[in-house]
Amino acid sequence: MLDQSDSYVTEDGRTIGGVVMEMKNITLRFGGVVAIKDISFDIREGEIRAIIGPNGAGKSSMLNVISGFYVPQEGTVEFHGKPRPQMRPYEVARQGIARTFQNIALFEGMTVLDNVMTGRLNYMKSGLLRQAFWKGQAEREETANREVVEKVIDFLEIQHIRKTPVARLPYGLKKRVELARALAAEPKLLLLDEPMAGMNVEEKEDMSRFILDVNDEFGTTIALIEHDMGVVMDLSDRVVVMDYGKKIGDGTPDEVRNNQDVIDAYLGVAHD
Amino acid sequence: MSDQFLFTTEVFFNGLMAGVLYALVALGFVLIYKASGIFNYAQGVMALFAAMTLVGIMEGQVPFSHIINAMFGTDVHHFGWHVPALLAILLTVGVMVIFAWLVQRVVMRHLVGQEPIILFMATIGLAYFLEGFSDLMWGSEIKKLDVGLPQGGSFWIEDMTAGLGSDNFYGFFIDRLDIVATVIAVLLVAGLVLFAQYTKQGRAMRAVADDHQAALSVGISLNFIWVLVWSVAGFVALVAGIVWGTKSGVQFSLSLIALKALPVLMLGGFTSIPGAIVGGLIIGVGEKLFEFAIGPMVGGATENWFAYVLALLFLVFRPQGLFGEKIIERV
Repeated sequence: MLDQSDSYVTEDGRTIGGVVMEMKNITLRFGGVVAIKDISFDIREGEIRAIIGPNGAGKSSMLNVISGFYVPQEGTVEFHGKPRPQMRPYEVARQGIARTFQNIALFEGMTVLDNVMTGRLNYMKSGLLRQAFWKGQAEREETANREVVEKVIDFLEIQHIRKTPVARLPYGLKKRVELARALAAEPKLLLLDEPMAGMNVEEKEDMSRFILDVNDEFGTTIALIEHDMGVVMDLSDRVVVMDYGKKIGDGTPDEVRNNQDVIDAYLGVAHD
Repeated sequence: MSDQFLFTTEVFFNGLMAGVLYALVALGFVLIYKASGIFNYAQGVMALFAAMTLVGIMEGQVPFSHIINAMFGTDVHHFGWHVPALLAILLTVGVMVIFAWLVQRVVMRHLVGQEPIILFMATIGLAYFLEGFSDLMWGSEIKKLDVGLPQGGSFWIEDMTAGLGSDNFYGFFIDRLDIVATVIAVLLVAGLVLFAQYTKQGRAMRAVADDHQAALSVGISLNFIWVLVWSVAGFVALVAGIVWGTKSGVQFSLSLIALKALPVLMLGGFTSIPGAIVGGLIIGVGEKLFEFAIGPMVGGATENWFAYVLALLFLVFRPQGLFGEKIIERV
């Protein structure tokens, strides 16, 4: 086993650092329903970490715990080695954790560019009055933020729709815009909730490539959820497998693939 | 030019000016509705409260003087000073911001995620509370508001236009207050648009109006934005209160202008700022022209119902209003 602070180099030459986020004995209940049962795992700097499992396994709940949308009844979330106090989602976002949603949550009335710009809101320092009266500073800030945004837009190949209102875009492109908005925040940890749900094969390939490129180019730590096992195995460095709210496997794709519990969960097994 | 045409033109202009005032009130509704999905029934009372507070501060009135006098047997009514209009306006803006914060903190915060009808009921409660509270704080008598806006017909316009028609035509009568109100409204709307488009808080406001979850995920505090939106609505209410208060005195009926804003919203759509303005202008011009042309045939007083009938027609044929987002039912 690796130590918390150990770093290692992957086969394709990327450096995976120490633990960025650690989930310790997380339990989440909705009334009598236990969505997550005593789960622990960690996310290392620079890696692509996947959480997989059949429908209803509690993957999305787990992501919502990380991003502060759900508050677990038990367990702690450690970010950069320190236990995180209970936080509201916007406070979590301000800590550098960006996310996308399973059912796309974009600002439909705005253009693609404006949507991506909202990812920079936390980098805009000048307050209300200052923006109204000291135009220079606000403009410099705007320019600096625009540069980051344009870079992200170029990177995700959505230049041609920069000025298009999001509501008019097809599903696949919306997903990409959502990723762009999350990336614009230059997150320390990027959470992707089913980034490939509802996509056709070609779109899935595009999205996989973008996820790999983002990780490679910016060194972004990524945690993603998927129920399509095939896609995940090619993409991720390490995989957590959940089933009925419990963790049934954790390791490299190869380890997980050969884990009997995982095979049972996915293929079904006769209980006698 | 024929006199008939000139009279009609004059009515048209007067209608436009009245429409500007309707638009001002409607604007306050749209702001809150867009950002939080709450139809704020209290918007009209907020205008009343803002205007009363402004008068109270300017006149150096002691707030709650009736209660204080009744409890302690004193006889205080005035501090004995007069506050300049500009300073008093700034102080009133401060009061409206505190009010916005209290509304969010005490009422709306506990109702997040509730059905729209419940939020609506809450604002009705808020309206009645605020109405009583204003009376308690500043007294219920009709007050004169004079912040130095010019009033009365413009002789210049009358003189300049008198020569257009025959001897029976004395020139356009246009109230200078209406002209000032139009200028103020234009500046206010331009300011709001600039704010929404180009400032950090404005962007955040639009984001919240669009999608709460997404807004949270980029680090926007919903609470902060809602306080901000209620403050801006409070500011718009103050502007409307100043103009209406100057025109017809600060009195309870001020809160009823909110009812005139309803047909404006039906026309313009609840979510559109340009809609509120165009809707206001159409209602203003429409009701004046209708009264002028059709009024005499049906015994007059059509201004009382014209706006509502027009709104009803819109509800039947175009329920989303002129500029509202199209209602599409996905199956």
